[in-house]
Amino acid sequence: MKARSWKLIGLVVLVMGAVALPFLVSNYRVFQFNMVLVYAIVLLGLNILTGYNGQISLGHGAFYAIGAYVAAILMDLGGWPYWATLPVAAIVCFVSGFLFGLPALRLRGHYLALATFALAVAMPQLLKYKRIEQWTGGVQGIVILKPDPPFGLKITPDQWLYLFTLAIAIVMFVIGWNLLRGRVGRAMIAIRDNPIAAEAMGVNSALYKSTTFGVSALYTGIGGALGAIVVQFVAPDSFTAGLSINLLVGIVIGGVASISGAIYGALFIQFIPNFADQISKAAPWAIYGAFLLAFVYLMPTGMAGLVRLIGSRLLRRSG
Amino acid sequence: MFVKRILLAGLVLIFTSAIPAWAQKKYGPGATDTEIKIGQTMPYSGPASAYGTIGKASAAYFEMINAQGGVNGRKIKFISLDDGYSPPRTVEQVRKLVEEEQVLLLFGTLGTPTNTAIHKYVNAKQIPHILLNTGATKWGDPKNFPWTIGWNLSYQAEGRIYANYLLETKPDAKIAVLYQNDDYGKDYLKGLKDGLGDKAAKMIVAEVTYEVTDTTIDSQIVTLQGSGADTLVDITTPKFAAQAIRKSVDIGWKPLHILNNVSSSVGAVLTPAGLDKSVGLITTVYYKDPADPQWKNDPAMKEYLAWIRQYYPDGNPIDIFNLVGYLQAQLLVQVLKQSGDNLTRENVMKQAANIKDAQLPLMLPGIKLNTSPDDYFLIEQAQLGRFDGKEWKLLGKVLGR
Repeated sequence: MKARSWKLIGLVVLVMGAVALPFLVSNYRVFQFNMVLVYAIVLLGLNILTGYNGQISLGHGAFYAIGAYVAAILMDLGGWPYWATLPVAAIVCFVSGFLFGLPALRLRGHYLALATFALAVAMPQLLKYKRIEQWTGGVQGIVILKPDPPFGLKITPDQWLYLFTLAIAIVMFVIGWNLLRGRVGRAMIAIRDNPIAAEAMGVNSALYKSTTFGVSALYTGIGGALGAIVVQFVAPDSFTAGLSINLLVGIVIGGVASISGAIYGALFIQFIPNFADQISKAAPWAIYGAFLLAFVYLMPTGMAGLVRLIGSRLLRRSG
Repeated sequence: MFVKRILLAGLVLIFTSAIPAWAQKKYGPGATDTEIKIGQTMPYSGPASAYGTIGKASAAYFEMINAQGGVNGRKIKFISLDDGYSPPRTVEQVRKLVEEEQVLLLFGTLGTPTNTAIHKYVNAKQIPHILLNTGATKWGDPKNFPWTIGWNLSYQAEGRIYANYLLETKPDAKIAVLYQNDDYGKDYLKGLKDGLGDKAAKMIVAEVTYEVTDTTIDSQIVTLQGSGADTLVDITTPKFAAQAIRKSVDIGWKPLHILNNVSSSVGAVLTPAGLDKSVGLITTVYYKDPADPQWKNDPAMKEYLAWIRQYYPDGNPIDIFNLVGYLQAQLLVQVLKQSGDNLTRENVMKQAANIKDAQLPLMLPGIKLNTSPDDYFLIEQAQLGRFDGKEWKLLGKVLGR
């Protein structure tokens, strides 16, 4: 068989496994895997920006927060159903990402990283701002209710929310895949690899870069909104600068410029901190750091790179 | 003959009453004949990790209880997980404790935002969620949240104590208030204003805030001095409290300086500010401060010091948070003892809501802990203290309800 059909089979098995998962494990695990899906959407968004377009962002936690707050405020004050908040979170985050991307165009590499980091650091305090407290709930944040399964389905709210998130994630991944495989994706990569040559080929670098920023923020915002619904709570302390750094860790561990890498990265950022805490209460972050070093040294192209390597070896042997 | 009959009747009575007592051994999730499982989340990492020692101290206390044979013969299994002070992780860890570990109850979970994140969940699941490490007022709401009981003297209650003190001793005070611009500061301010009642508008001549991220509050102190106030109510966290004490003395402003309990640590606040500059400060006290020499020969304090040497040798004995973890664990053990052999979640919660005049030896003499089904505020009493350059000299009697 060809590599392509192997891939297709793998994909079908993966999706079927993902659909079956919530019926095999406890609700608590379903919740954890739900967060993995949320992070996977966010990491795909960040990977579009950083991996494919070469713009480093240390501030995606801020867009995650915006998405989360949009969903929470609409549900809490507006009484909106949870699913209706996603398009709004997407639009708000696209616009804010696009606008942030405009001035950031002048910044390259480390400078852009610092500018975005400033956004991440400022976000928790902006959310506490007194004038908007009537909407954001200030330091207290907003508690939202967990949606019940629709159509009288006989499953738990956790299972339903997981399946809902899975459906959204599949849609977002298909869109991302189409985007990155086509003309747009090639233009993004060209800008990353050689901006001058890309301009010479007729790629509008400025427009592409800010649009990419917007799209990336859109993915992150949808993830944020879903994350808020899953956790049922938003507060400024949920979206510290550490979250942004964690997201960057996720794409590097998963595999930069790789779509499947988003899933591996999401598994890492969801499960490794808990694992580290189980090993040592005294120094969980030291254990986490050790894991990080081990991953980076053993898989320099990320987990996606390792999987690709193993896959091609197996194919060569069988083919 | 008659005596015999009485004896017989007595024996029958004893047996009939004893049999149902044996049969009444009842267990909820997390409790068995040999074990009681207790869950907790604590910031062992992250921005609030200084508080993590509370959880370690509680764990060390349970270790001692287990070494002594446990609670009614059952060993305590204490599972305290790190949440990094991040609400989403608190939700995750609490779900793990409830759904996977199947703990009997949650105890001493730390932080206002973190506990807010799990407030609805634990009440929907009907898990006892008790002795929380936060002073927000919302934990005392038995009507809407019957499964949650806090630990700290609430910030509002403390604010009311200062208001009553001022009304009694200095009714014509001109009060300046300095507070942190968040819900902690606002809770205190509300308590103070409620306590002053309709006199609040007249007595409070200036209110100034600062942000927790500010580097200094020197300009706020100068502004407050300019208001002509003769009393300063200082609602600040430790770093800013030390600055406020020093700055007000340095610019020659000598108000009656009331400092909130949060920052009353002799070691962490008053020493850096300067002990000579701290003379005359007023605060509320409810624990015996291990750094305070007046408790040096107190038997309870000696017991505490012996415990920390044996069971938590890495812990700093004068860190007040270790004392807090010890006290909370002590009260929990009492609640569990009170629950007897009926270790269901309903009964534990019932007992936690029925604490009657509990006096812990490491709290100030005369301070009683009370809860009832319609009053979930556990610590409602405190005593005022005045700093004499070495220690907090207790003033007057125990205040509050």
